[in-house]
Amino acid sequence: MEGQPVQPAPEETPRDANPANVGLELFGYVGIEAVLDQMRIKTMKTGFEFNLMVVGQSGLGKSTMVNTLFKSKVSRKPTGPSYEERIPKTVQLQSVTHVIEEKGVKMKLTVTDTPGFGDQINNENCWDPIIKYINEQYEKYLREEILISRKRKIPDTRVHSCVYFVPPTGHWLRPLDLEFMRRLSKIVNVVPVIAKADTLTLEERAEFKKRIQKDLKAHGISVYPQEDFDDNSDDRILNNKIRDKIPFAVVGADKEHQVNGKRVLGRKTKWGIIEVENPAHCEFPLLRDLLIRSHLQDLKDITHNVHYESYRVQRLNESNRLALSPINGLLGKDEVESDL
Amino acid sequence: MASSEVARQLQNDNCRPLSLSGHVGFDSLPDQLVNKSINQGFCFNILCIGETGIGKSTLIDTLFNTSFDDRVSTHFQPNVRLRAQTYELQESNVRLKLTIVNTVGFGDQINKEDSYQPIVDYIDAQFEAYLQEELKIKRSLYNYHDTRIHVCLYFISPTGHSLKTLDLLTMKNLDSKVNIIPVIAKADTISKTELQKFKIKLMSELVSNGVQIYQFPTDDETISKINATMNGHLPFAVVGSMEEMKVGNKMVKARQYPWGIVQVENENHCDFVKLREMLICTNMEDLREQTHARHYELYRRCKLEEMGFRDTGPENKPVSLQETYEAKRHEFFGELQRKEEEMRQMFVQRVKEKEAILKEAERELQAKFEHLKRLHQEERMKLEEKRKLLEDDMIAFNKRKAATELLQAQAFASTPSVSLKKDKDRKKDPGFRLELLCFDVRDHEIVSVQEQSEREKLERDRISHREFQK
Repeated sequence: MEGQPVQPAPEETPRDANPANVGLELFGYVGIEAVLDQMRIKTMKTGFEFNLMVVGQSGLGKSTMVNTLFKSKVSRKPTGPSYEERIPKTVQLQSVTHVIEEKGVKMKLTVTDTPGFGDQINNENCWDPIIKYINEQYEKYLREEILISRKRKIPDTRVHSCVYFVPPTGHWLRPLDLEFMRRLSKIVNVVPVIAKADTLTLEERAEFKKRIQKDLKAHGISVYPQEDFDDNSDDRILNNKIRDKIPFAVVGADKEHQVNGKRVLGRKTKWGIIEVENPAHCEFPLLRDLLIRSHLQDLKDITHNVHYESYRVQRLNESNRLALSPINGLLGKDEVESDL
Repeated sequence: MASSEVARQLQNDNCRPLSLSGHVGFDSLPDQLVNKSINQGFCFNILCIGETGIGKSTLIDTLFNTSFDDRVSTHFQPNVRLRAQTYELQESNVRLKLTIVNTVGFGDQINKEDSYQPIVDYIDAQFEAYLQEELKIKRSLYNYHDTRIHVCLYFISPTGHSLKTLDLLTMKNLDSKVNIIPVIAKADTISKTELQKFKIKLMSELVSNGVQIYQFPTDDETISKINATMNGHLPFAVVGSMEEMKVGNKMVKARQYPWGIVQVENENHCDFVKLREMLICTNMEDLREQTHARHYELYRRCKLEEMGFRDTGPENKPVSLQETYEAKRHEFFGELQRKEEEMRQMFVQRVKEKEAILKEAERELQAKFEHLKRLHQEERMKLEEKRKLLEDDMIAFNKRKAATELLQAQAFASTPSVSLKKDKDRKKDPGFRLELLCFDVRDHEIVSVQEQSEREKLERDRISHREFQK
């Protein structure tokens, strides 16, 4: 007993103190689930941000679609007959930001439009400005994140979702579509939609969709919802249903008409009124549900956890294997020596 | 060729509000967020600091209405240690990963100067682990098991007088690192009036010493009122118990004394219910947020500044972290190269030295070899001479022998007495001849007769020695 050296050391084993995390039964009500309400209150106070980008040739109804989605004049494109739309010589990106509120939930919505995309005779590299813009947003966020004294809430301008409008040819995807989607699906969530779907009959629509799905698979383009990011089997079932219907055939309209005594959003033509929100007429409700009602948070999460992280990894690796960690940078003796 | 112009029409705070003409549906956003969090699960880490036997484990058991760990610690710990245990609790659809960190041996030592240090180190270590993960290149923050301490329950002994120096010292060192909620333990030993005075004294002491304890947030209207009232009740006087007793017609958690029953969940008896409300039901999320947004950021800032990284350079120009890293890297690289040069020089020198020594040794050996060779040669020459002499002798002898034989043959007929002499001579001669033969055989060993006799002598000596030893 005498002379036994006692070696004290703080027992710091937070993670594997117990080899298996012990699952315990609660004997009665504790109140843990109140944390959900707390979270809800907090998020309602801070508000949400959502950044959407619409890409497609001019005249496919992008601005109308955005207006229909958010039921307000988000993009102010006058649609009167006297308006002459000038097609810009180069691809430009225009962002408009609005704050919208519904039932106490505030959302800062930013819509980025891309006039001039695919409108030139030679459309080579017309996706470059778009890719540059998206990467610029990632860069901005990265800079804010690695500051020493950084803001409590980093302003998020990263593009959460890119809606790509496919012209309703009824045949296959064009080379421009394939190229664009191939490049962009790697850095952002791409949601392809068939624009102006009222020019296709239901059978033509189904055929077109099947061909598009085959094309996408053949070229290895993974559009949102990506198969790799399904969290659990419930998600997978839900997402599989969505994946069957991608790309949605949508019609946009921002004028209201009278149908059967109700006022509905729709397009009035000589042969009938196409109701935008009628699932039998077009798949706009599905798109809206996907983008806003059910998968908005998921879009943001995938952008943050997957696309932003891969940009960050690439960026940090670029600077000569300079680890962002100050610890690694200084103690990176092993790293550096091994290269020598 | 293609240029991109981003025309941002409205900046952050000047966004134009837009009115919606119909139901869009993003009011489900908080629900979406909550559902995601449910899938991921929550993490909550509590640190309990208090003397041994003050009732930390019992209180935690009572708070979470379950029994965690039954180990009772001794009073004879040489140092303060921290013991962390993680449990998975589930209530309806909410999964909580709860980590309870207990201080073992706090306040038991005779010299308590360093009691708070292990605690500070532990908290810093958790921040450090998170910082490391955040700064990695390939990181996975969203499924990282967050071990940062979200709240620290500091157990004050119910002396009724004032804070102990140890308490003050510890809290002073921890208030900028963690949210501290002080509680008065074993509150059933203080009477109501004493308790009031005690609370006032404690709070005034904390304030006058500049200890920042956690204040429940009052910025949200829904909970500001209740939080404000609770702030006035700090520190909470709690009693913990897992034993159930029948009071009236209900089974309640209580402690039974001969003079009555102290009910844990009775607000008149103690503040346990308030603590549970505040800690779990109302402010758990806020505690987590404060830990991340305030304490962790402070730690991160201090740590990075310590390392020498700055946001703005010496001319107040914003220096990107990148440039600082480059500079540091060059510096480090340079130092590394210098060290390497040094080592290389040393190595070369050592090698030279060794080489010199070896050469020396070689030369010596060579000299020795030459010397031995020369000796060899001389010996050989000598022996050759001797041999020649002996051969000459042999020839002379043979001649003489032939002559004497002749004489013998002539004298054979005359006298036999000569034969005796000849016999003697003959006897001698074969002996001599034998010797010569032997010498011949051993000639190639170039061992002279003298040496051989010496060798034999040595041999004999050795054998006799051996026999002697036996």
